[in-house]
Amino acid sequence: MEPKRLIIVAVGGQGNLLASHVLGEAALMSGIPVRMSEIHGMAQRGGVVESALVFGEARSTIISDGEADLFVSFEPCEALRALKKCNPRTVAITNTRPLPPFTAVIGRGTYPDISEVTTILRDKTGRLIAFDATALAEEAGNSMCLNMVLLGTLIATGVLPITAEAVREAIRTRTKASFVDMNILAFEKGFAQAT
Amino acid sequence: MHKLLTDKPGESMFLLGNEAIARGAMEAGVAFTSTYPGTPSSELSLNFFQMSRESDLYFEYSTNEKVSLEVAAAAANSGVRSMCMMKHVGLNVAADVLMSLAYVGVTAGLVILTADDPFMFSSQNEQDNRYYAKFGGLPMMEPSSVEEAKEMVKEAFALSEKLKRPVLFRTTTRINHSTAVVTLGELPPRTTRGEFIKEPMRCVTVPAVSRGLHVKLLADLDRAQEMAENSPFNFVEGSGNLGIIANGVSYTYAVDAVRDLKAKDRIRILRLGFSNPMPAKLIKNFLASCDQVLVIEEGEPFMEEAVKAFAQEGGLTLPIAGKTPSLFSRLYEFDPAMVRNCMASFFGIAHEPAPATDLSGTPALPMRPPTLCAGCSHRSVFYAVKKACEGQDVIFPSDIGCYTLGFMPPLGMGDFVICMGASAGTACGFSTVTDKKVVAFVGDSTFFHSGLSGLINGVFNNHNFTLVILDNRTTAMTGHQPNPGVDMTELAMENYNTVDIEAVVRAVGVKHVSVVRAFNVRKTMDAVRESLAFEGVSVIIAKEKCALYAKSLKQLKGKPFQVNPEKCKNHRECIDALGCPAFYLENGMPRIHTHLCVGCALCAQACPENAIVPAKSL
Repeated sequence: MEPKRLIIVAVGGQGNLLASHVLGEAALMSGIPVRMSEIHGMAQRGGVVESALVFGEARSTIISDGEADLFVSFEPCEALRALKKCNPRTVAITNTRPLPPFTAVIGRGTYPDISEVTTILRDKTGRLIAFDATALAEEAGNSMCLNMVLLGTLIATGVLPITAEAVREAIRTRTKASFVDMNILAFEKGFAQAT
Repeated sequence: MHKLLTDKPGESMFLLGNEAIARGAMEAGVAFTSTYPGTPSSELSLNFFQMSRESDLYFEYSTNEKVSLEVAAAAANSGVRSMCMMKHVGLNVAADVLMSLAYVGVTAGLVILTADDPFMFSSQNEQDNRYYAKFGGLPMMEPSSVEEAKEMVKEAFALSEKLKRPVLFRTTTRINHSTAVVTLGELPPRTTRGEFIKEPMRCVTVPAVSRGLHVKLLADLDRAQEMAENSPFNFVEGSGNLGIIANGVSYTYAVDAVRDLKAKDRIRILRLGFSNPMPAKLIKNFLASCDQVLVIEEGEPFMEEAVKAFAQEGGLTLPIAGKTPSLFSRLYEFDPAMVRNCMASFFGIAHEPAPATDLSGTPALPMRPPTLCAGCSHRSVFYAVKKACEGQDVIFPSDIGCYTLGFMPPLGMGDFVICMGASAGTACGFSTVTDKKVVAFVGDSTFFHSGLSGLINGVFNNHNFTLVILDNRTTAMTGHQPNPGVDMTELAMENYNTVDIEAVVRAVGVKHVSVVRAFNVRKTMDAVRESLAFEGVSVIIAKEKCALYAKSLKQLKGKPFQVNPEKCKNHRECIDALGCPAFYLENGMPRIHTHLCVGCALCAQACPENAIVPAKSL
């Protein structure tokens, strides 16, 4: 399989690593080669968490600038910050619900206008799916399910040869038992966004 | 059951590099493990810790890396397979043990894992620990992938026992924090009890003994080199007259680049996994088969310099390059595109590098730096110290931990940070050569690690400074590992003791000691003023459990606070002086995210209008 490269960016605590793990487990179940790398550094304390997943016949676990085939952002401002990972063919997905960093809250920096963010992303990528994923997570029962919403949208793009059923199975076996139903519901809501 | 104890050989798992290494060690029958926590090695220790609670594996969090290697050295000299883990800078602390243990050797396998951190994702420098292998005369292995790491660690134990020397297992962050599909092997029974056989002529490093041991070490290094020549972890792949020599993750980038450049029959790669001592014959034969060679390695030109020396010995004059301004840097991490571009340019292979993404029109984005958590007790202490020192010129040496982040605005507390345990030691120096007051900070874990030595130095030499011990009852930065001050019964762990910091501080001779609750700003300020007035070494112990740790122990009892809009006069002391991430502005007025607030009440104490009150009371 030709390598497919996916970058996921989020703010610490949004569930990026769990989503990446579920996707990796789904790839394992589907017999698709997968490698992943976490880039969090000291970011657990409210900073940015980035993960890179490489599917197919490649040995690297990290993705160079401009080389993401797929790009998912859990937070609009962070989507823009990581834009250098994209190229004009990248399929990009972003949550539009802002989570302003503390620096912006106290006036050290200005949070960008959301419509400006989506316009730039749309102009510089191949396809953009932007929506309030947090709202869908809340509809599913908990804003913590944001990661599963975006996972649903990602699978629905069809760029990865991983079926929705494989991801559902990974959600059932790899996420907390008490969250499984909510997570599956969130996944379906996200899936419906891209179709 | 812990997933790494799964006894199903042949089953596949999606494992983090650190998990894969821990599993590999278990498959090698490791029985004794020790560490001082340090990222990027932390999860490896966490997994051993968890497994030790469900099996006969021994694991300990030692007070520092030196002690950690000492306990492992004793176990491995009693016939018990042992592993000692640390981050790269930790090996500096353990280096004293390492250099002499290299002479003494071991009777059972001892693998020392050093986790290097190119790009410094969570470290104070990016030193290249391959030099420790050369420095100590020790064999070293370096995996290129998560899957290989699991297999290689087993070979490292075998190698250690063949040579009866410790083996350095060197990873980089990109191995530790990558995840891949790993196939499980057999889990053999462990030998947990051993016997120490007295051999003073090997184990007691008095000069007369060590003179003989050094001879033996060099002879063993020759044996190790023969092994490296034939090791399956050193291999050549591909064909052609363009040569690449690579190690670690650089090898994976080179393999991907060969594929992308469609150069499989033009480029041959020599991958070195058993990389110290370097296999001279293998390298010379490789050089002889190439017209030009590119050495691809993150960090320092460790292999490059050796390869050039081998070429000289072999009378080979082919171009060999690696670190030069036009190719690879000694700085930071490599990435696949950079390696591909350097390979194409060095070998003259036609290649259109992907154009840089056009970022024009992107607005300036607000930074999102890591911050002290909402309800972090360090914030309160920093605020109180800063207030108490207002109007005075004070130097604030700090140390390694979450509280290092206190150097950032708005707190701005932390003027000099170099390594674990250095705050008290540097305070001694600052107080001697300047006329300024000095208030140094150290965490509880760091205090036990090596901060105590600096404090003792201050007492003995009669220096003049205040040491604030930020005792949050855990090792917070790396994920809540215990330290000697932790009450292990809270974790349902028996057979541990708790070392009382106040008793230790008094015992070493500190005459002025204050113990305060970190969230009591007024009392903390009083303690600072009294300490500053004291001539000599004074210590303030500020106690309060890390909010995240308390939450995990279900001890967080505080109720969230809220701003009373009728009383708030928008001074914004709460936001501007404290920088707590639970605050936000609504129509220009301070508000508190009640889901983030843990009720520490620091802001309530800072507010000049008493406008911050428990949320329920509004």
